[in-house]
Amino acid sequence: MLFGFHWDLSSPEAFALSILPILLIGMKITILATIFGFLIAMALGLVFALLRGVPLRAVSWPIAFIVEFVRDTPLLIQLYFLYYILPDYGITLPALETGIITLGIQYSAYTSEVYRAGLEAVPRGQREAARALNLGAWRTYRDVIVPQAIPRIVPALANYLISIIKDTPILSAITVLEMLGAAKIVGDRTFRYMLPLTLVGVLFLILTAVAATAVRYLEKKLPRAGIALK
Amino acid sequence: MDWLSLLPPLLYGAEVTAWITLASTAGGAILAFAAGIGSTARFAGWRWLAGLYVQIFRGTSLLVQLFWLYFALPIIGIRLSPEVAGVLALSLNIGAYGAEVVRGSLNSVDAGQYEAATALNFTPIQTLWRILMPQALIEMMPPFGNLAIQNLKDSALVSLISLADLAFAADNLRNRTLETLPILILTLLLYFAMALVLMAAMRLLERYLRGVSGREATR
Amino acid sequence: MKPIVRFDKVTKSFGDTIVLRDFDFEMAPGERVVLMGPSGSGKSTVLRILMTLEDIQKGVVYLSEVPLWHERSRAGELRPAGEKYLRKMRSDVGMLFQHFNLFPNMTVLRNIIEAPMKVAGLSRAEAEARADELLARVGLSDKREAYPNSLSGGQKQRVAIARAMAMRPKLLLFDEPTSALDPEMVGDVLEVIKDLAAEHDLSMLIVTHEMGFARDVADRVCFFCDGRILEQGEPSQIFTAPAEERTRQFLRMVLHEAPTEEATG
Repeated sequence: MLFGFHWDLSSPEAFALSILPILLIGMKITILATIFGFLIAMALGLVFALLRGVPLRAVSWPIAFIVEFVRDTPLLIQLYFLYYILPDYGITLPALETGIITLGIQYSAYTSEVYRAGLEAVPRGQREAARALNLGAWRTYRDVIVPQAIPRIVPALANYLISIIKDTPILSAITVLEMLGAAKIVGDRTFRYMLPLTLVGVLFLILTAVAATAVRYLEKKLPRAGIALK
Repeated sequence: MDWLSLLPPLLYGAEVTAWITLASTAGGAILAFAAGIGSTARFAGWRWLAGLYVQIFRGTSLLVQLFWLYFALPIIGIRLSPEVAGVLALSLNIGAYGAEVVRGSLNSVDAGQYEAATALNFTPIQTLWRILMPQALIEMMPPFGNLAIQNLKDSALVSLISLADLAFAADNLRNRTLETLPILILTLLLYFAMALVLMAAMRLLERYLRGVSGREATR
Repeated sequence: MKPIVRFDKVTKSFGDTIVLRDFDFEMAPGERVVLMGPSGSGKSTVLRILMTLEDIQKGVVYLSEVPLWHERSRAGELRPAGEKYLRKMRSDVGMLFQHFNLFPNMTVLRNIIEAPMKVAGLSRAEAEARADELLARVGLSDKREAYPNSLSGGQKQRVAIARAMAMRPKLLLFDEPTSALDPEMVGDVLEVIKDLAAEHDLSMLIVTHEMGFARDVADRVCFFCDGRILEQGEPSQIFTAPAEERTRQFLRMVLHEAPTEEATG
């Protein structure tokens, strides 16, 4: 029994139907972790990108190193790090929150690169034309550079959202009960792993397919030339 | 807090991680080329198969795939050791991403090359291997480099099916000695060091291919 | 004498756009034909069909009176050709492209010997001998070991010509061979093509805007418009006294854009 649900081992179909509610509760956690992890990644990535753009080497180099370090080390170890170390410093967070923060940090290393590349991809001529028209730095960024960078940045960020969905099962290693964790517990208790794990696989396929369709829709809706400003 | 005494068990684990990463990257490369080329095949059946493989393994989580191979397969009689399950899962996963890279690079070769090859009457296989692939390979290297690093990071997940890699050694050591902070810092540093080595190796490979193909990647 | 090329009521469309409609065309062996006309009029498509780069929707194309895109089944005719059949038919046809399409991962020599060795089965020594002879003819013997990306456009096209000739085609197709070249290099490439025309009994079908060149080389000039040949005849007749108004319009435009054409004649 799990979350107050019984499972029915009489037939494969009955088994599948009886564990579906459990898996869907896990899916709720999966989606929560994804969304909040993504939000943190977007915000933190922006901070990193801005700091790396600072002309002062004493700032940009350490940040670059941190970003590279986070990017090249496994999410699992970073997860262990936050989960086991933070309490020693007085910050005791529940497993889910710890997982969300870890996802946010790991993916901020990717999103900061997306921001940087997106801004850089705007043709140089745009900046020069803005200069020639005497627009000023803030105006240039707000009305010329950023609107043209967004159509590039948004799909790239959205693709990382899909990646986060696929990384959430790692949180099960610190006892977060998302989809895979739920399936594993059902399997551990009934010794029948095939059905729960296959179902979870199918659910992931559905989740990523839905997200991918949303990304394609977004790509279509975003005008290539940049966000229209009237 | 004798950090040095913590190193040997971690280094043992790191060695296992290195082997697993190399084996699965090689396996993944083979699958990537097979599926990437398959997706451009004349015969619709190959295209469909390649597409299905890529869709499934890119659309689901690596950990789910790993657990499925290790926990679910025994139900139908296929009992894989942690090593086999781990390398297989990693290969299948990274191969699916690699297949998209191969497919994209092949498609990005200028159509005129294919036309010139037809004009000179090369067979489709000759065209693929002698003309298209050498040009596509150089385009594949930067993304392949990223995938190799990703594979190294993903390898840590095999610790969750009790494979004695670096992540497993770290968790084990943590349980035994409770010196959590130094252990995890050392572990992170070891992974980072391996990543740097891997990046350097990929860069050397790229340079070698560039010399052989006579042209630069357009990054 | 059998025509080397014959288009019999050929229709070619790309999706909804019909490019060639009930198109008839004949070429005698050893003839040099120049195709001219505005872009989109179908001239390049004729070349591409002959090189099996494009298929046809209706009609039959014959190479030396053998159907190109159709195989003869045991019963009678016209099954769309399979890859093996096309390969057999292709062996007598060669093509030069506007953007050269040299293989960048191979040296000039390798570009030229690859097909003779791997497709025609020549030994390396035989292939190299043939390549060296051709390189001498196009004036690029010193670039034997160079890679294409170190060559100028004109040099690339000359290598492409050597590469195509190495396969000893009976019919050579030129798809705007000098359109992508800087003006200074056009002359060299045209000289090489004229040299080819003078010595071999090669049939040549050339799409080009270079009028002076057409006047020197062509036996016949065909003016293309909207997927049909509007008029054709000897260069002297077409260029000085075209019968159709559209032809006159086109010539006026082309001459206006390239005044040096007339000067070098």
